[in-house]
Amino acid sequence: MKVLVAIKRVVDYNVRVQVKPDGSGVAIDGVKMSVNPFCEIAVEEAMRLKEAGKATEVVVVTIGVEKAQDQLRSALAMGADRAIHVTTDAQMQPLGVARVLQKLVDEEQPGLVLMGKQAIDDDCSQTGQMLAAILGWPQATFAGKLEIDGDKATVAREVDAGLETLNVDLPAVVTTDLRLNEPRYIKIPDIMKAKKKPLDKRPLDELGVDLGPQLTTTKVAPPAQRQPGKKVADVAELVSELKERGLV
Amino acid sequence: MSERDVMAYDVAIVGAGPAGLACALRMKQQNADLNVCVLEKASAVGAHALAGAVIETEALTELVPNWRDNPPPICVPVEKDEILWMTEKGATKLPMTPPQMNNHGNFIVSLGAMTAWLGDIAEEAGVEIFPGFAAAEALVEDGKVIGIRTGDMGVGKDGGERDGYALGIDIHADLTVFAEGCRGSVSKQLIKQFELDKDASPQTYGIGIKELWQLAPGKGSTGLVQHTVGWPLKSETYGGSFIYHLEGDKVAMGFVVGLDYKDTYLKPFDLWQELKAHPKLADMFEGAELLNYGARAIVEGGWQSMPKLEVPGAMLIGDGGGMLNVPKIKGIHIALRSGILAAEHYHEKKTSEGWDGVLRSSVIAKELKKVRNIRPGFKWGLYGGFVNAGWETVTMGLSPWTLANHADHSSLRKVSEGKDQPTPPVDTGIKPKDRLSAVYYASTEHDEEQPVHLHVADTNICVTQCAEEYDNPCTRFCPANVYEMVEEPAGKRLQINAANCVHCKTCDIKDPYQIINWVTPEGGSGPNYSNM
Ligand SMILES: Cc1cc2nc3c(=O)[nH]c(=O)nc-3n(C[C@H](O)[C@H](O)[C@H](O)COP(=O)(O)OP(=O)(O)OC[C@H]3O[C@@H](n4cnc5c(N)ncnc54)[C@H](O)[C@@H]3O)c2cc1C
Ligand code: SF4
Repeated sequence: MKVLVAIKRVVDYNVRVQVKPDGSGVAIDGVKMSVNPFCEIAVEEAMRLKEAGKATEVVVVTIGVEKAQDQLRSALAMGADRAIHVTTDAQMQPLGVARVLQKLVDEEQPGLVLMGKQAIDDDCSQTGQMLAAILGWPQATFAGKLEIDGDKATVAREVDAGLETLNVDLPAVVTTDLRLNEPRYIKIPDIMKAKKKPLDKRPLDELGVDLGPQLTTTKVAPPAQRQPGKKVADVAELVSELKERGLV
Repeated sequence: MSERDVMAYDVAIVGAGPAGLACALRMKQQNADLNVCVLEKASAVGAHALAGAVIETEALTELVPNWRDNPPPICVPVEKDEILWMTEKGATKLPMTPPQMNNHGNFIVSLGAMTAWLGDIAEEAGVEIFPGFAAAEALVEDGKVIGIRTGDMGVGKDGGERDGYALGIDIHADLTVFAEGCRGSVSKQLIKQFELDKDASPQTYGIGIKELWQLAPGKGSTGLVQHTVGWPLKSETYGGSFIYHLEGDKVAMGFVVGLDYKDTYLKPFDLWQELKAHPKLADMFEGAELLNYGARAIVEGGWQSMPKLEVPGAMLIGDGGGMLNVPKIKGIHIALRSGILAAEHYHEKKTSEGWDGVLRSSVIAKELKKVRNIRPGFKWGLYGGFVNAGWETVTMGLSPWTLANHADHSSLRKVSEGKDQPTPPVDTGIKPKDRLSAVYYASTEHDEEQPVHLHVADTNICVTQCAEEYDNPCTRFCPANVYEMVEEPAGKRLQINAANCVHCKTCDIKDPYQIINWVTPEGGSGPNYSNM
């Protein structure tokens, strides 16, 4: 079985993001970029499937700027067999990404598509679901555990109340949650090997995918600053403070 | 136990700062067939880089001749220099700028953005750069450095193996170049093991705190380079601030304090916050937003403190070799130049032998010798220091004497002398409020499951001798509030919040008993600076 893993280049989760002064977006110049953590978990899971003999080939794909190939190389260093880079400078949105992935699924015919449950930059959590819908495939989102048995997958989903177990027929789309696994450390020899693995560049406008109507971002604003708290000495002071502010 | 991987290179370079990258690039420019790799402990090239930074561009032009056509992302020509002499309430602009501080023709850059840019150029030339991998130790065999060993990944707090544990690898190289910057941790081992500093004056340092601000529209003054001296530092303490105006009302600013300061109660972070609230400067912060915070030690010993720069199989370059022009507070051009010269030496001689002599008769030596007496002259205080600096400048460093340096860890006065008093915390209302909230702006990260990378040889000294003699200065000089003395029923205890560390190396330098040893944490740990 071939596994297709979709990954996204995002601002590293350790970086304190800054909104551009004109509110048009988030500043990314000179900012450290990484593989979206949930996508990294998806790559790791694919590698574990391969190591367990359940997957035969792991193909990673990303859609994005030239530099996004750094993230593909990281995935190759984790062990993926080859990479597809759909190159574009356009700001991609979930539906557009799903349509591009649909096209690649048609070409590659994987038995499983693994992707992160959401990207930590836009937090959309839509792409996997949309992809499953337009492919007409089953989906299992927020996977905390994944088992493959023949042409079926058992997925334990992380839901509010705990774990919900689903059985889906393959091919399917599975999106990964945080507890699915702990991605491996990359070693220098693996980075060297990754440099020699195939990385196929596909300009977005040559794929012939209609991205469809897109959303327009009108404004990005940082969260409102919290007012500093005040320490009160006792209940009496608390009550009088609350009264003063018209809260009781 | 798994086998340790071994990789072989012609040249292995430790540190992707300006020195390491220049050396790597020059190696490939001379001989494209050479296998050259660079290890960098930061998770990305430039993520641990921190400097002002105003640069002189001659060495850069030599290395990347067409850089002006495709300049580093942040690169602003200096328009104007200003030096302010501060008192508590006032500030006087010096009528003229001392020649070392004249920045006409120089550029303001971000060292982080510039190293990332240079890293790309080096990679295009075929250099293999490995960010996220720290050199933990030098491999020495029969008195010769044969390479380095990278740190293990996935070691648990107790030293055991965690999930995904990965043994470090050995990199063997014909030449190993140490370009770790100020107070390099492996360079420190080498200097000790090979007694490279036995003929030098002790090395001295400063601590530099830096912040990047987005001012309100129209408040910046692109190309303006400002420095302050004086208040809030006492005359006995060397230091001052820098305020460099970039484009789009962004301003890079910070504060340097000589680590030979004597007052054990001195708090570099608090002094800097006080200075920002000075009536002459406070206005700048109205409606402004703090973008980034960080700190890094800066090497100040100059010519007389430079260790021997070679051992069989290895060379030291850049700040790691103590090369920085202190009166100019510039080391980037020297780091670049030393990288170029080191590569040229190796290309010609195929050995590290002779490197020390080459550097000591180079343009770098000439520059450093000329200013060698200026920084040590500030032992006579700010005024004495300036008078001496004037003399040294007029005579172009031709004084027949060389002033000696003294080790920073030995400069603190004891509490019992009664001269120094604790000071209350400073809260000026300008961000960051305190060191803990400041660290948040450094985006620093260390997996808390890994062993503490700040080795304190004997924590008993902390609660007994140090508490009594110096009242635990580590709790004050660390810019990230890593060290805390906590009171517990059983008594006082040193708590090390290692996850907050921004890799400045101040503790390794200033701790009066020299019992703190900074070692490399898991590769990729530490600050994630953007454009610092
Ligand atoms: C506050 C401040 C302001 C400054 N302002 C200026 C200025 O305006 N102009 C100027 O010219 N200079 C300035 N400097 C000095 C300048 O930053 C240095 O001279 C210069 O960066 C030295 O370059 P380097 O390559 O030797 O070391 P660094 O720039 O320190 O680079 C060393 C690199 O090695 C990495 N490293 C260290 N140890 C290891 C290890 N064991 N394994 C892997 N990687 C490792 C580090 O993460 C780092 O990336 C300033 C310095 C400070 C602190
Ligand atoms: S622990 Fe040491 S190296 Fe780390 S930030 Fe504090 S003083 Fe600097």
